[in-house]
Amino acid sequence: MKKILLAACLTAISGTAFAQQTVKADAATVDRYVQSMWAKASPEWKARVVQDETQAECSVARNNPSPAQFEKITAREKAAVVFPADGKVLGDWKSGAKVANTGTGGQFSDGPGTYIGGNCYACHQMAPAELSFGTLGPSLTGYGKARNFSAEEAKAAYAKIYNAQSVMACSQMPRFGHNKFLTEQQIKDVTAFLFDPDSPVNK
Amino acid sequence: MDRMKICRLVAAFVTTLTLSAPVLAQQSDAEKEIERYRAMINDPMANPGYLAVDRGEALWATKRGAKNVSLEGCDLGEGAGKLEGAFAKLPRFFKDADRVMDLEQRLLWCMQKVQELDTTDVLKRRFGGPGVESDMQDLVAFIANKSNGMKYQPQITHPKEQEMLAVGEALFHRRAGVNDFSCTTCHGEDARRIRLQALPNFSKPGKDAQDTMGSWPTYRVSQSQLRTMQHRLWDCYRQMRHPIPEYGSDGITALTVYMVTMGAGGEITVPSIKR
Repeated sequence: MKKILLAACLTAISGTAFAQQTVKADAATVDRYVQSMWAKASPEWKARVVQDETQAECSVARNNPSPAQFEKITAREKAAVVFPADGKVLGDWKSGAKVANTGTGGQFSDGPGTYIGGNCYACHQMAPAELSFGTLGPSLTGYGKARNFSAEEAKAAYAKIYNAQSVMACSQMPRFGHNKFLTEQQIKDVTAFLFDPDSPVNK
Repeated sequence: MDRMKICRLVAAFVTTLTLSAPVLAQQSDAEKEIERYRAMINDPMANPGYLAVDRGEALWATKRGAKNVSLEGCDLGEGAGKLEGAFAKLPRFFKDADRVMDLEQRLLWCMQKVQELDTTDVLKRRFGGPGVESDMQDLVAFIANKSNGMKYQPQITHPKEQEMLAVGEALFHRRAGVNDFSCTTCHGEDARRIRLQALPNFSKPGKDAQDTMGSWPTYRVSQSQLRTMQHRLWDCYRQMRHPIPEYGSDGITALTVYMVTMGAGGEITVPSIKR
């Protein structure tokens, strides 16, 4: 319930000023525009603009799902989380620092073989020495330390990075593992970056 | 206590937690530096965007195409050849084409219909680069500049204009792709940043949208090019990990209609200069 209230608050604060201004476009009309905008894209690229159920529902709800919808989406996403087969969620924090600091990969301007990063710093503060951090997400400075480096909390963090919507439906954070954007190893490494006592995040 | 009150308290609490005093100091130092840089480059006398304006002026009057006529017979919505204030009312519905068009779509239409120009080469050079000048960038700079000092007046009376606005709003919130991004991911809240880059909020009408729309087209120092909104949205979709959006497609125009609506009343001062 607390989570639902917080989620409802976050979306309520972000505002829906436009809602009352105009009639909503119907899905078929929007799709017509989508098709024409990417008419010349290759099949692999075009597949990216096809929405899955969660993307579609969150778009229509303007990221402000009803409590029932919130429960439904969160449950669905939670069921889809895949934990490492070896049961270990902590990788190498130094590699995790690289994933967190790299924003390349997945763009149509990226050449083949471009390293794919998680770009965590675009939205989050992490190691206090890194001053170039974004504010779209909360600060993660001292994340592991604040949770007493608990194994259970580390597992929860892995799940959140793997699929943020398994915790909060319509979260703005990418579902890094679910969408296969980051590898299992990269997610382990980022989790270690958050949870290793030696990581600068906890210094 | 009602829900909004609780929400505000939660927000205040979260903000206090995340923005401790030293962080605030670091931020304001960084922001001051960025502000100083902005002020330093914001000098119209030293803005290379005005070279694009001059080239655009010459292009507008150049006879081209099978008909060997200039673009002066092109109606941008205020009458053939009338440039003053035309940009402030674009995109808009054009009866002759039976479509809503932004400036770039309209210019292409005029090249094809008025001049009977084969636009293949113009489209190839839609975005300029090292050693490549773009007719479209130059023409947009020239024409938009003719609305300087005027305010954006979004045109949403015709049913097709209304459809564009509704679709633009839907596209703005449409999440897709490998990162689940939509425009709202970055532009849905006030006073947010990516790294140190401040993000304007376009999810509501007001100052952010007015200032942004009023300052495009702009000369991008980092790219050494005058850039139009078509290019800016192309770049947004690149960063969103979406496929390349078709230049001059109706989806881009729909988003532009939505953004000028959010920026209604914003004063046009272009070309501006940005990092």
